[in-house]
Amino acid sequence: MTKHTISSVRAGLLSKEFSAVELTRQALSFAEAENPKTNAYLSFSPERALAAAERVDARIAAGEDPGALGGVPVAVKDVILTKGLKTTCASKLLENFIAPYDATAIERIEAAGGVIIGKTNCDEFAMGSSNENSAFGPVRNPVALDRVPGGSSGGSAAVVAQGTAVVSLGSDTGGSIRQPASFCGIVGVTPTYGRVSRYGLVAFASSLDHIGPFARNTRDAATLLEVMAGRDPKDATSAEAPVPSYAASMTGNVKGLKIGIPVEYMKHATGETADLVNASFRKLQAMGCELREISLPNTDYAIDTYYIICTAEASSNLARYDGVRYTTRSQNSGTLSDLYKNTRGEGFGAEVKRRIMLGTYVLSHGYYDAYYKKAQMVRNLITQDFNKAFTEVDAIVAPVSPFPAFKLGEKVNDPISMYLSDIYTITGSLAGIPCMSTPCGNTSEGLPVGLQILCKHFGEETMFRLADAFENS
Amino acid sequence: MELAPPELIAKYQPVIGLEVHVQLATRTKIFCSCEMAFGAPPNTNVCPVCLALPGALPVLSMDAVELAVKASLALHCRVNPVSRFARKNYFYPDSPKGYQISQYDEPLAEHGYVDITVDGVKKRIGVTRVHMEDDAGKSVHDGFRDSDRNTYVDLNRCGAPLIEIVSEPDMRSSDEAYAYLTELKQALQFVEVSTCDMEKGHLRCDANVSVMLKGAEKFGTRAEVKNLNSFRFLKLAIDYEIARQVALVESGGRMVQETRLFNADSGETVSMRSKEDAHDYRYFPEPDLVPLRVSDEWKARLAASMPELPADKRQRFVTEYGLREYDAQVLTLTRPMSEFYEEVASVSGDPKTAANWLMGDLAGLLKAAGKEIEESPVSAKHLGELVAMVSKGELTGKSAKDVLPKMFETGEAPGPIVDREGLKTMSDMGAVEKIIDDVIAANPKQVEQYKSGKTAVMGFLVGQVMKASRGQAAANVVNDMLKTKLG
Repeated sequence: MTKHTISSVRAGLLSKEFSAVELTRQALSFAEAENPKTNAYLSFSPERALAAAERVDARIAAGEDPGALGGVPVAVKDVILTKGLKTTCASKLLENFIAPYDATAIERIEAAGGVIIGKTNCDEFAMGSSNENSAFGPVRNPVALDRVPGGSSGGSAAVVAQGTAVVSLGSDTGGSIRQPASFCGIVGVTPTYGRVSRYGLVAFASSLDHIGPFARNTRDAATLLEVMAGRDPKDATSAEAPVPSYAASMTGNVKGLKIGIPVEYMKHATGETADLVNASFRKLQAMGCELREISLPNTDYAIDTYYIICTAEASSNLARYDGVRYTTRSQNSGTLSDLYKNTRGEGFGAEVKRRIMLGTYVLSHGYYDAYYKKAQMVRNLITQDFNKAFTEVDAIVAPVSPFPAFKLGEKVNDPISMYLSDIYTITGSLAGIPCMSTPCGNTSEGLPVGLQILCKHFGEETMFRLADAFENS
Repeated sequence: MELAPPELIAKYQPVIGLEVHVQLATRTKIFCSCEMAFGAPPNTNVCPVCLALPGALPVLSMDAVELAVKASLALHCRVNPVSRFARKNYFYPDSPKGYQISQYDEPLAEHGYVDITVDGVKKRIGVTRVHMEDDAGKSVHDGFRDSDRNTYVDLNRCGAPLIEIVSEPDMRSSDEAYAYLTELKQALQFVEVSTCDMEKGHLRCDANVSVMLKGAEKFGTRAEVKNLNSFRFLKLAIDYEIARQVALVESGGRMVQETRLFNADSGETVSMRSKEDAHDYRYFPEPDLVPLRVSDEWKARLAASMPELPADKRQRFVTEYGLREYDAQVLTLTRPMSEFYEEVASVSGDPKTAANWLMGDLAGLLKAAGKEIEESPVSAKHLGELVAMVSKGELTGKSAKDVLPKMFETGEAPGPIVDREGLKTMSDMGAVEKIIDDVIAANPKQVEQYKSGKTAVMGFLVGQVMKASRGQAAANVVNDMLKTKLG
């Protein structure tokens, strides 16, 4: 199980080495056995998985193609709706919520033969950078079990690193895919905003939320993205742009590719992370890329901007968890006002409450112009920084995180320091450009470090071409 | 509450603005494809989007936009090429998202007007803006066994497409407000944007009312009066509110900005919440929707598809058909009425007579039968044919009055009825002359009176001739012939 890729699964199925049902049973039992080490899965879906696997086997038996993801065990972050399965958002408030419909991404994965084997742990409502904000306990990093896997998609990164799934889905609002990918030593991709439908992704910050893939190599991540990508009439913000063949873009040839290194990112980078990232730059040069320094002058405002916009949107998006309908309801509330206060007060964790309060504040009468409106203006400036840079370079490379995976509990009581761990990832999120993390080596303690690649809007082909070449060099 | 007497109210100038919510007549809800069926069992016309399930997203219905644009054009508004949706955040059980999707600082359309006439005086009332939004569900507080403890929520209406039409504070009396709402409703019904059925809540109205001393320049502090769900209540509530405010100010009190609820049973308004308690809605742009773009081409296409507006039609009826203002107004009250009339006018070739027959005899028959003009058993074409026969002198007015009820009963054209009953006007002049001679011979006394100057007796003689001809002699012919014969 541990070593499978999408192509090895396909080869095994077509050569009848194993059936999809056999592989699914094996994947489920291995994942269930391994899970106590990491707490990465919150639930498993054997019935749904086996039904999907049977369909794949039937296709093969009928001489049809098993599909781009035929028989591939896929894990799904528990903020993405899966019909008939619990979708908890790692929150007590949705502890017993069974999704009545499938996210568009899930429909497309199953149509392509993918097998959903379980739902993964994460920070509550995807808010966090260490996966310690889960109502169902933290996830441990399979590379070093005393350390965090990153967040918020910590469970989805851990299962792929651990080999208990071949690929997985995460969601990224400010770095929630790239940072855990980097901490766990795998590939994580945040596509262009609008590339993958958000229908069925539980909203945290709508203008920043993305669904994206985790995989153990770029090719698998690209395949999974290609399956999910494309216009969805159920998401007004999904893009019309046609989806190219990402496989065809991975030519291995990156000679002459112009690559920018933002000076603003490197001035803070120190220690082994900086060393490994700098070594990656030399490697890229050796591969024939042309490296040059660029400036993204508004980078310093990114964290403030991000935490205003994402908390504002979150404060509104999370209003629906009010105890009136599907949310776990606080008992013994005599009045409507008590019902709201008790349900939300008891149900939400500390970090979620902190963000709801921050967001409510920045949208309040008299503060909107000073905070939210100004933040949107800065967001435009940050996007313009990137647009300008991409007139000169084909891709930008940078660190993913200032530091590798930290120890559980290390930053729990210091939210500001926790927020700062997103410093390199949130600019790309704010601009809505495609970005990814790809492994670039380990520290002396054996902790993985990721290299971030960022491209212009809908520039996934260039991003994958560079990442694939880097990975194979 | 003490109310001010009329002589005191007369010292003050009321200032009134209306906020009108109209439900658009689309097949589906505004942000999902649920049907907009009225009267379905509770919570059956719902889906993940209008239930606000986690992960569900709104998608704007272009049908709703089309109707909203038509409404804006009917109210002479400028439709903005780009408008934007915003979230209005508040907690309430019948609002499952925890926010309403509305439009805030970039509405669909602005700067329109509605022309009204009150007591013969024409006045233009400004329309500040028209914006789109979704409706909430319904909280049901009564009618269940445990209604003393629980409230039930029906989300069928949740996500119904609405437009809100905000007027300028241009009205100065409840009569003007009444006239404004009448014109507005009529215009929206004409362009088929909404049924505007107030009983079903398809048209809802709030009024902003303030008073100031006559001659003052600064408006007084206003109160917003809600729950005005009929034209009568609108007028009652505004008049009550004016009298209340004047009494308050006259007694040395100070108006506070507040929201008040009209109680239809008592005819009073009561305070609901003051400005201090007002919600902070924390508006911000709706990130799940892209900006709404209405291209010039689309707007032009919609404008071209619009029917003539009632005010324009009214004016045309006066100039083109020579109708009186009042008749033109009656005949343009509804679009079906105006269309019916135009066909009668065109088929008959005599618009004025057509108007009289439609507003008189046919209207009377419809009223007695409890039918609307759309349900009339007499088609516009048939009424037109009847009017034409009268105009051309083929049928006397008196005979026509007998024919119409028969048409109403059977749905037949007038021709066959007239033929069957032999009602055609007598065209044989000899026969008419014979009847006249007989009448002259039979009434020597009256003939003598006429000759001695009592011309009023002519009416009696004509009546005798008509009676003898069973109403089939043409009255003008009889008149002329009698006059000639009597010298």
